[in-house]
Amino acid sequence: MLALVGTVPHRDFPLVDSELSLHDDEVCIQGEQVTVNRGTPALLAATIKAGEFLGQPAPHGYLVGDIGLGDGSRRLYEYLIQHLGESDFQAITFHYMQPDIGCHNRVLFVMEQMSERPILIADAGSMYAAKMSGKATAYDLFTPDIGELAFLADEEAPHPFYTRGFILHEENRVPELIARAYAHKNSPQTLLVKGEQDYVANQEGIQATINHPMDEAMEAIGGTGDTLTGIVSALISTGMEIGEAATIAARANRLAGHYAEPTAATQVMEIVSHIPKALEDVFCEKNRGEGWQKLSQRESAASALK
Amino acid sequence: MSVLGLFKRKQPKGSSPDQSRDRGILVFENTSEVIRAETALKKEGWKIRVMGPPPEVRSGCDLVIEIPLIEELSILRTLRAADVTPKDIVPVSSPLLRPVDLFQTKELGRYLMIRAANMKLTIDKRTLTIVNVSGGGCPDVPYLAQEMVGKPLADAPSPREIGHTLCGYALQLAYEEVKRQCSP
Repeated sequence: MLALVGTVPHRDFPLVDSELSLHDDEVCIQGEQVTVNRGTPALLAATIKAGEFLGQPAPHGYLVGDIGLGDGSRRLYEYLIQHLGESDFQAITFHYMQPDIGCHNRVLFVMEQMSERPILIADAGSMYAAKMSGKATAYDLFTPDIGELAFLADEEAPHPFYTRGFILHEENRVPELIARAYAHKNSPQTLLVKGEQDYVANQEGIQATINHPMDEAMEAIGGTGDTLTGIVSALISTGMEIGEAATIAARANRLAGHYAEPTAATQVMEIVSHIPKALEDVFCEKNRGEGWQKLSQRESAASALK
Repeated sequence: MSVLGLFKRKQPKGSSPDQSRDRGILVFENTSEVIRAETALKKEGWKIRVMGPPPEVRSGCDLVIEIPLIEELSILRTLRAADVTPKDIVPVSSPLLRPVDLFQTKELGRYLMIRAANMKLTIDKRTLTIVNVSGGGCPDVPYLAQEMVGKPLADAPSPREIGHTLCGYALQLAYEEVKRQCSP
């Protein structure tokens, strides 16, 4: 089973620990509802939608309200330290949390003591905390955008806000940034970099690039990275190899966005509803051996890092 | 207005942190307190800088305020009057991390997207309405998006007012740049 850990932008939202479901545009958990919008609610909705398509059980959620003061995050960190060790999740995705090095390290310590260590996925504030604490290599997958990749590549920066100016956040520098992030041990086993082109990379270099369909407006839409993290989490929870799951998720997220006919003003729930159709189409292409797979393999051969 | 008052407006208080050998940093409980302190000090004309903390006082999502230590007492008086108190004052000798100061601008048809660090703010150029906030990873980002998206730039709350983290601070920079580019 898959667990999702994060915060919702309502100060009074209680700490909840239960199965998640999606009804129209609301995520439901333990009698509470939260409207799907950017951030962890978008991750939850995308994971649920993708999981339904994949025939997976509903994911488990650990959520709390936090509007940035860090109070909710700290309560959730403490809860995880007390309870995560008793769980047997196959994969855990950590998302919007106030980065806190001490709390992060204590949660990681608990997971490292589990009899079977879950696959660890991190995005957003949880990814920042993992890198800040020098523990990125303990994770299996990060899903940064280009600004966040530059932060991973900057061995000095404790937060993307401090990424040094000479480490340029430009699309054509992505292979260089990936190499630098791995060289300084600030990357997990696999990186899924989202941007104009999406990249799947590991210590050996870039394994795949996914650049079709190309809808430039996607970058402006808050939550499209969260949906990508949700889809890849659902795929990984089926037991799929992480690099393959990342490649399929990148393609499906692009297709879901494309089906929504996006503009820079599109809201993320419009994209979430297209995820099942997008996954269906990607698996059809894959079964036929068409399109994305050949493209990504050809491009990865050309751009692999040595 | 006194002559001193006039002078105060033209000359920022305090020696330049760049030129001072005796620099210190004010460490606060959270980023929203840093933002309040920065606002109070700048309003009083103090020349201070918001910077990244040195590793020994770093806990996570941090900002500190760099000050000339020799002005410590006066600065603390200003902060007390503003009801915001640092939890620590630490002398520094090594260089502090500088916040990002580069912006990237992208035209998306009728929309304009500005990126500062990891935060992106998009507005409709015709109506000057905020249509999206993307990027970032701290918990106030979804909250800021909820409060800002769909509102005209002139009416939306600024991230400085309601944000609490470094991502909120980065969004403030993008917000100021959007306002600068869209001002008549």
